[in-house]
Amino acid sequence: MAEVSLRKVVKRYDEVEAVRGIDLDIADQEFVVLVGPSGCGKSTTLRMIAGLEDITDGDITIGGDVVNDVPPKDRDIAMVFQNYALYPHMTVAENMSFGLRLKRYPKAEIKSRVTEAARMLDITDLIDRKPKQLSGGQRQRVAMGRAIVRNPKVFLFDEPLSNLDAKLRVQMRIEIKKVHQKVRTTTVYVTHDQVEAMTLADRVVVMNKGKIEQIGTPNDLYHSPATRFVAGFIGSPAMNFVPCRLEETAGALNVRVTDRLTFPLPPARAARYKNVPRSERLLLGIRPEHLTEASGHDGPGVEAFDTVLDVTEPMGMETLVYFTLEGAQFCGRVDPNAGAHDGVPFRMAVDLNNMHLLNEATGVVL
Amino acid sequence: MSSLAIDKSGPTRKVRYGSMTRDRLWALRWSYFFLTIFAIFSLVPPIYMVITSLKSSAEIGAATNPWWVFHPTLSNYKELLGSNQFLRFFWNSAIVSIFVVTLTMLISVPAAFALSRMKFWGSATLATGVFLTYLIPDSLLFLPLFKMFAVIGDYTGIQLINKWYVLLFLYPTLTVPFCTWIMIGYFASIPKELDEAAIIDGASWFQTLTRIFIPVALPGIIAATIFAFTVSWAQFLYPLVFTTSTDQLVMPVGIITTLIKGDVFNWGQIMTGALLGAAPPLIIYAFLMDYYIAGLTAGATKG
Repeated sequence: MAEVSLRKVVKRYDEVEAVRGIDLDIADQEFVVLVGPSGCGKSTTLRMIAGLEDITDGDITIGGDVVNDVPPKDRDIAMVFQNYALYPHMTVAENMSFGLRLKRYPKAEIKSRVTEAARMLDITDLIDRKPKQLSGGQRQRVAMGRAIVRNPKVFLFDEPLSNLDAKLRVQMRIEIKKVHQKVRTTTVYVTHDQVEAMTLADRVVVMNKGKIEQIGTPNDLYHSPATRFVAGFIGSPAMNFVPCRLEETAGALNVRVTDRLTFPLPPARAARYKNVPRSERLLLGIRPEHLTEASGHDGPGVEAFDTVLDVTEPMGMETLVYFTLEGAQFCGRVDPNAGAHDGVPFRMAVDLNNMHLLNEATGVVL
Repeated sequence: MSSLAIDKSGPTRKVRYGSMTRDRLWALRWSYFFLTIFAIFSLVPPIYMVITSLKSSAEIGAATNPWWVFHPTLSNYKELLGSNQFLRFFWNSAIVSIFVVTLTMLISVPAAFALSRMKFWGSATLATGVFLTYLIPDSLLFLPLFKMFAVIGDYTGIQLINKWYVLLFLYPTLTVPFCTWIMIGYFASIPKELDEAAIIDGASWFQTLTRIFIPVALPGIIAATIFAFTVSWAQFLYPLVFTTSTDQLVMPVGIITTLIKGDVFNWGQIMTGALLGAAPPLIIYAFLMDYYIAGLTAGATKG
């Protein structure tokens, strides 16, 4: 077990800078997820921690030791790949014990470790099978088993669930979390799926264009995103953005969305934004769950307005509604019994207590 | 009320097959047509060889139907298999082939691994270069090679020309480039995560090669082995040029030089010799083909 830290890590391929100076500290036993769109440098970062890619600049330390020039096999890490990368000519047991056999562990020790890991992953019955006789989920379990038996300092997961179907992915997500609760090994997990990131991570690292946008707990990122990218990337359906500006009438601060549509800010928000220049071009960010049907007795900070629904998506427990304001498409979540239908006029309410205000030019959340 | 009439004859409209079915049918007919032609084309020579090998010289010379054996005899087989000279050719061929195949695989498998997996400076150029060497025909190479061995002989006193083992140096010039090329292609089809997993598991390059790549690429290695064996077993030009004494000859050259005396062709024995010579590759093919098909790499990654 060990902490991992990255200091100003850079990866450059000829002309392209894939990772542009990353600083990251991962505590012992922590489960950190690197998330971001494809090409954001998250996999490259993971592969640099693994030692599969050289680092162009900076330092990587594992357990306090700088490992920049240490080969992968001496870093005491284990990695789970997206396509499992099981050795096709070996049985499950042989796959899992390969690393231990190379290190010439005693046979009894290998056997007990494999048995223990197989029991933990519920693959005891499959131990003598070859990978091609296994389903995708089973193969992924074996790949995890191969990592667990090594008892390494750090687990590295490179999009391990991307090849599984949706249902299995949810199931394996829970399995991974259970395994981490049991073995408590420091884990770095890469995914492009923000739901996976939110559900698994102690802390999520959101990456974009080779840089870290924000690091925080799933709730931090969701409720207090630092940038427009994070605000838009985390959460599904994504946060709504609409251009707006602040204006002051009779000493009260309002947010004006259109000529006809303006909302008074609740006191807490008004205090927070009182120093924002009134001329600044801003974006109002509202999550879909804060755009609901108007109930008639809305609390403070909740403002009703009328619109016409373009499209509705009944999800069962809720109905997603889409409507257009000032050319911007909005998504809201309403009660399935609220009478929302395609093309009907509808009275919505926006909860401004949970609004975000962003600088349109810089994308910084104010 | 009359009972309800049930139409048992089914729909009166003529059932038409879908165009897919019809296309498939025609595709099948054409493939059988061409397969039959090719089967006849490739089977007639060996059948003719079998027929001729079972005839006596007198019957071959007689004006009878060449496609029928009227007085079958095994005398050709008895004479060849009882001849020390023929057994010597066979033995030389076997030794040369076994050595060449072993040597080829010992060189080309590690070479292909290095060229396909260890990305070092110039590895891509080198890989193409390996293939280009294969494109130079042996009929162009034998003269400079002969000169080379002659010069080596003059300077060092090591006389390799007219020794069967000179072929051990010559055949790999044909087999190594091609087998390396096959193996590069085969190794390239192995997902790179497999060696990355092995490296993380603590395997050295050599262990990755021997414990992961060779077992996984076994079908490819067998294909390359078959190729190397076929080339060295059937090679004609090099042994014809480089070996002349009858005790140094390999079978293809031996049969031609000893069974054709001037303008006298001993057809029965030539055909018998050719058939016996074709037997080892046939047997090897028959055995390894099963293995070749069975050992595919399914299950390594997603699919």
